[in-house]
Amino acid sequence: MTEINDTNITRRDFLKTAWSVIGGITALEAGALAIAYMQPRLAEGEFGGVLTIGAVEDFPPGSVTHITDGRFYLTRFEDGGFVAIYQRCTHLGCSVPWEQTENMFICPCHNSQFTSDGDVLNPPAPRPLDLFAVSIEEGIVKVDTGNLIVRDQFDPAHVAYAAQENE
Amino acid sequence: MSRKITSHDPAAGFFRRLRNTLGPKGMPTDDRGRMRMVLDSMILHIHPAKVDVRTLRFSYTWGLGGLSALLVVMLMSTGVLLEMNYTPSPPQAYLDILNLRTNVWFGELIRNIHHWSANLLVVVSILHLLRVFFTGAYRPPRETNWIIGVVMLLLVLGANFTGYLLPWDQLAFWAITVGTSIVEYVPVVGSWLSNLLLGGPEVSANTLLNFYALHISIIPVSIVMLMSYHFWRVRKDGGLSVPKTTAELAAPEEETTRPERVTTIPHLVRVELIWAVTWIAVMLTVGMLVAAPLEGIANPDISPNPAKAPWYFMGLQELLLHFHPVIAAVLIPVLALGALALLPFYDISLGSVGVYFRSWRGRYLTLIATSLSLFVTPVWVLVDEFALHWTDWLPGWPTWISNGLLPLSLLLLGFYTLQAALRMIFKTNPEERILIGFTYLFVALIVLTIIGIFFRGEGMQLFWPWEIVPAH
Repeated sequence: MTEINDTNITRRDFLKTAWSVIGGITALEAGALAIAYMQPRLAEGEFGGVLTIGAVEDFPPGSVTHITDGRFYLTRFEDGGFVAIYQRCTHLGCSVPWEQTENMFICPCHNSQFTSDGDVLNPPAPRPLDLFAVSIEEGIVKVDTGNLIVRDQFDPAHVAYAAQENE
Repeated sequence: MSRKITSHDPAAGFFRRLRNTLGPKGMPTDDRGRMRMVLDSMILHIHPAKVDVRTLRFSYTWGLGGLSALLVVMLMSTGVLLEMNYTPSPPQAYLDILNLRTNVWFGELIRNIHHWSANLLVVVSILHLLRVFFTGAYRPPRETNWIIGVVMLLLVLGANFTGYLLPWDQLAFWAITVGTSIVEYVPVVGSWLSNLLLGGPEVSANTLLNFYALHISIIPVSIVMLMSYHFWRVRKDGGLSVPKTTAELAAPEEETTRPERVTTIPHLVRVELIWAVTWIAVMLTVGMLVAAPLEGIANPDISPNPAKAPWYFMGLQELLLHFHPVIAAVLIPVLALGALALLPFYDISLGSVGVYFRSWRGRYLTLIATSLSLFVTPVWVLVDEFALHWTDWLPGWPTWISNGLLPLSLLLLGFYTLQAALRMIFKTNPEERILIGFTYLFVALIVLTIIGIFFRGEGMQLFWPWEIVPAH
């Protein structure tokens, strides 16, 4: 009993503190709710979800194909590996067209240049073009446009290969 | 016995009582009657009953705060009309704008007035800030109102920027794409913040919806609340700062007679009304004569060349061409805004409040700082564009140092040298050094903005304005 009386918290102070804590929590909840409402609202089968692109054979090795619906370029390397390169320039977000004659991506906005696997040839772009994860299921290429793969340099782990026939 | 006019007046008939709720009838002719009228009036309760006659001098305030408030009112009234003819969803948003231009009564006029008022509001808000800076009016007791003002300037830019996207044409889509990409360079939380703002990894239908909600509710409500507070604080801080001539500055305690105060009605309200009507007429004329831009419907696959941010962010985009993005888009703006908002807390000399440019000397120093900045800024842009290749010279270094902190430190060193030189020559005091610094940096921002808007063409290369091919 005496120990409790020794503390300096008055009834008024306690209520004040309690109300501010409740008020603070309410404000945080309201803020979190507002943020939750602004979060990306994504749908399956459109950009932002998993897209089914087509059969592996449709994309010859050494080709770069623009997949307009998915906002990316599907590059197939000479060794048969696939990467899906997001068309958005890593500098200021312009759409980077593939220039077949020059064999590179050239951004119209600030002249950044990229190789067919998205590596930077010429700044101001600060890093290679971002990737989407490619998965190949029973010879069909699928691309998950919901998750961006941000990278600092080319990484072989990002390249997807069709399963070998001798399994 | 003072007769209080209320709607409940047993002596009055039904219709008299009904109209009494709207306010007292007839304009009293004596000062006392007018005072009462002001006190009783709901419409005029934002003004005090009397104001210092010296603060009415037009060439002191230039009516910039009032004009900003008028533009906000015009933007809200035209904005509500536009809202009723608009769907925040692509591609309907663009089709609605086309429909507005051709099928809606005066739709094009309303859209033009909204567009040009919004752009004018950015200019007028900045001019208002300049007026308050150069007259020293932000100093105590008005420091709170200064900060509120800076926050409102940011909200005005936010309102403009979110509104820029709504027509969903190529111009809107790519200006917002470039503008929001800057957000991604914020360290640690950048991509999270950008994802939140855009509602996804890039400008999309979700972005349009987010921007629409911000543009029509969150930002205007915040602006109106802060405006009310801003007005209330003007009264609490003792009205506007009083203009002083340089002669009065020399002999500060001469003032023995009480300042002459005049009734707000008609002396202040008359000027405000004339000013408001004039600008409504100007905006109507501009709206009739100049069409707001509208390009083809947004196409996420084709970036125009060059892709530029809205004009008020072109200074920032120009900086991005010279520095690593973290320096240009984050460090420099945050430092500059911080220094601007906290100005009244380190510039604390009170003597020169009310004198344009502090003193006669201050006027010359402002002129010197302006000329130096007008010369140095373009020269620096040219030198950096053609002669400096930091990343090539220092290949092993992280680019945010080689093309960021290093050149920034050199520029700051140059700035410091300039201040030191002026200090040696003119024996400048702290107040004058702040005046010089603000003027120098502000003019630099204006020069960068002009270069970005008029001298950057295809691939964001430097061109003469008349050689630039329109974006394609």
